[in-house]
Amino acid sequence: MKVRENVVKIGLCSTSLMAVAALFIVVAYVFFNGAGIINLSFLLESPYRFEYGGIFPQIIGSLCLVGICLLFAVPLGVASAIYLVEYAPDNIVTASVRFFIECLAGIPSIVIGLFGLVFLVYRLGLGISMLSGGLTLGFMILPWTVRASEEAIKTVPYSYMEASLALGASKWQSIYGVILKSAYPGIITGILLGMGKAMGETAVVLLTAGSGLESFLPQSILDPVASLPVYIYMLATQGHTEASYSRAFGASLVLITMFLIISMFAMFLRNRYITRNSGF
Amino acid sequence: MNKVNVEWVIEKLLFISAISSSFIVFFIIIFMLHEGIPALAIGWDFFFGMDWSPSNNQFGIFPIVVSTFVVGIGSLLIAAFIGIPAAVYLAEFSPRWVHSIVKPCVEMLVGIPSIVLGFFGLMVLIPLIRDSLGGWGECILAGWIILAIMTLPHVISISEDSIRAVPKGFKEASVALGATELQTIRKVILPNARSGILASLILGMGNAIGETMAVLMVIGNPNIPWIPSSILEPVSVLTSVIVIGINYAVWGSMHQHALFAIGIVLFAIVAILNAITTTVIRKGVSR
Repeated sequence: MKVRENVVKIGLCSTSLMAVAALFIVVAYVFFNGAGIINLSFLLESPYRFEYGGIFPQIIGSLCLVGICLLFAVPLGVASAIYLVEYAPDNIVTASVRFFIECLAGIPSIVIGLFGLVFLVYRLGLGISMLSGGLTLGFMILPWTVRASEEAIKTVPYSYMEASLALGASKWQSIYGVILKSAYPGIITGILLGMGKAMGETAVVLLTAGSGLESFLPQSILDPVASLPVYIYMLATQGHTEASYSRAFGASLVLITMFLIISMFAMFLRNRYITRNSGF
Repeated sequence: MNKVNVEWVIEKLLFISAISSSFIVFFIIIFMLHEGIPALAIGWDFFFGMDWSPSNNQFGIFPIVVSTFVVGIGSLLIAAFIGIPAAVYLAEFSPRWVHSIVKPCVEMLVGIPSIVLGFFGLMVLIPLIRDSLGGWGECILAGWIILAIMTLPHVISISEDSIRAVPKGFKEASVALGATELQTIRKVILPNARSGILASLILGMGNAIGETMAVLMVIGNPNIPWIPSSILEPVSVLTSVIVIGINYAVWGSMHQHALFAIGIVLFAIVAILNAITTTVIRKGVSR
């Protein structure tokens, strides 16, 4: 009986190790195939066709897209979260606002991309551009920003609010000076996770922001812009040569590295936040 | 008086933010319907037509819908077979140090950009399948494996949480009655965590069906989709048809309307799955 228990335990353990193995195999494979091509000129030059040059415009383009996305989603998301937690009366309007934001989280990214294409690119006439791409990414991560900010604001003990109000601060002063100050590490963690999601998103950017092979830096926010994920997609599906595959691996490695830095920073922030808050 | 005004303005501004966040969904629905209705209006031949061939003006999505479910359900089964035991291990047996290694890895797996995973599949899985099992290599099986890797972390995280949420007293009572640890898990813990685990699977299915790039790169995407008869055949799924078609569709043509209509179908499928998840969770809580 004891033997059987142990066998089952080992079996269970090995399944959880499979998840870890999947991560390591993918990351290691990309690393070993991509590390060889990465050097300064790869990171700082512009691409030329599929096989030559570097990925500088792609890196800058991805950062710009994420920047616009955050400029849109963070203020709107945090403001919505503050309203929902601190102000919203318990009525049908609040319930439907919550419901629709939940719905937004469930919409597949390709559908949001189609919406960006028809609404921003064609209807508003923004064209295939950095602005269209960034805003559409913003629609995509908005519900995550709202949810993360709500969670963070809710964890602040209500006694803080009471103490602040008792000292004569107004409601908004209390929220701004006390609640947000205690909740910001949680909010930033949520934003970082959304940022990672936006950075790796391909379908949305492919439909709204550009073909990925642009070899120039965008001059204005209404220019088409290159981005790492779309660049990888183009090289992987249309390159068909060793040189373009190895470039795609190099770009994948850069993308994964950027993502790992962001998510480690988020985890670090969250752990510090948890240990600090559990001190009470 | 002035202070009160500022407070009032701020409250209204916050209210407007919340309202506009939720209005985005309205906009999405309205615009998708506006673009998609001409194709949806085809009716029976759109939903149950067997031929998808835009150049011949035939827009039947039935084979694509079937392929989508085949790919989604298969990947989910793989993810469930690995993910549920892994969740049991993480929640019940794992020593602290193992947990502190496995958990962050699982969380990071969620974030590996889908394009990178798809590229990995294209370079590794497809040659592997082609050489060992024959066929084109780009096939349903490759889609299953890649999607299972993407769904796995969700299944593990949510299942683990719902296993941990089973009250400790249940387990203690069962062990006190002389049941072994494994018997306890099988007869007490898992039945009580059932709704959470089920919810994680349905949610995973929604994610798998809505996933675009990773699947697109490994399933082959034949121009004229058919209902697959073996897992080594290439297929097209809803998301991949949209991405590949949107480059060729003339704006304003029936092809473009049909692609938006596919978007609506996709949206509807995922919304239904999400609604089922919410119901399952709510039922589990009230029980």
